[in-house]
Amino acid sequence: MSSFDVWLTIILLGIGTYFIRYSFIGLIGSRQLPEWALRHLRYVPVAVMPGLIAPLVAWPAATGGNPDPARLFAAAVALIVGAWLRNVLWAVISGLCALYLGLFVLF
Amino acid sequence: MSRTQTAFWRGLRAGSPFVLVIAPFGMLYGVVANEAGFTLIQTMAMTALVIAGASQFAATQLLADNAPVAIAILTGLAVNLRMALYSASMAPHFGALAGWKKYLGAYFLVDQSYAVAISEFDRNPDMPRPEKFAYFIGAISSLLPFWYGMTLVGALVGSALPPEFALDFAIPITFIAIVAPSLRSLPHLVAAIVSVVVSLALVWMPYNLWLLVAALLAMLAGARVEQIMERRK
Repeated sequence: MSSFDVWLTIILLGIGTYFIRYSFIGLIGSRQLPEWALRHLRYVPVAVMPGLIAPLVAWPAATGGNPDPARLFAAAVALIVGAWLRNVLWAVISGLCALYLGLFVLF
Repeated sequence: MSRTQTAFWRGLRAGSPFVLVIAPFGMLYGVVANEAGFTLIQTMAMTALVIAGASQFAATQLLADNAPVAIAILTGLAVNLRMALYSASMAPHFGALAGWKKYLGAYFLVDQSYAVAISEFDRNPDMPRPEKFAYFIGAISSLLPFWYGMTLVGALVGSALPPEFALDFAIPITFIAIVAPSLRSLPHLVAAIVSVVVSLALVWMPYNLWLLVAALLAMLAGARVEQIMERRK
């Protein structure tokens, strides 16, 4: 990761995100997106985020790529609390608590 | 006080509870970006230009993993595609405003300002456009200072935290927390499972291409399950 890479990402992600936000307000107007496009767009976040982190949960770099009980425990707790309470913030807090409980006490 | 000013203050009040969500995430981003090796200026530039936590976390994590820049950018943009939906639903309210208001409105269109504004506009569809804009600006004004400020705090505090705090794992926990509440819906659950299974199976692929394949298949799976469920109704 070079400094140039970081700046390029910041600038292009910033510009690209701006254009996504501006798209309909400024360019396309109040025309409706077709139903098939809406149906696929709905699943983009839930399609990207789990895949991005799955290898980090299974094989964390911090433990040399070996599965780590504390991290697996923390992931499970965040998942269960988030699905159960439907609250993002409590899921983060409980996940971090589980991580430290796992790292410093349990395992 | 004019009606437009009143609308601004009402927006500010309506947005303020979301500070409780924005502030910790802003701080967490500061900590994580610092951990990933971003300079303070890079962290703040990212937070100021993008103003979209999940995509910032995603791009930062990928850069820290030495993924190609194109993958980091594409993944961040994919996470932000949902904002096209916000833009579409704001277009009837903002489309006829003066140019600079549209430019500014688009820049400030984040999850929380959108949620606050659209629920007000649905309740009061006859609100005049300048008042709608003032309400929206009020909502974002209650949030953005905390987003920027807490990112700064996180970046400064983060550099003081020792490695025992395992901050490498802050991003996985955050993403699990963002996705978990939606998993009670079957199509979302299927999409998430496909995403996890495919990414674990294909992680050997170069240039983090596994992520694009996993995301694409998961998106198709979610949409397909939704379609099948609708037909059965």
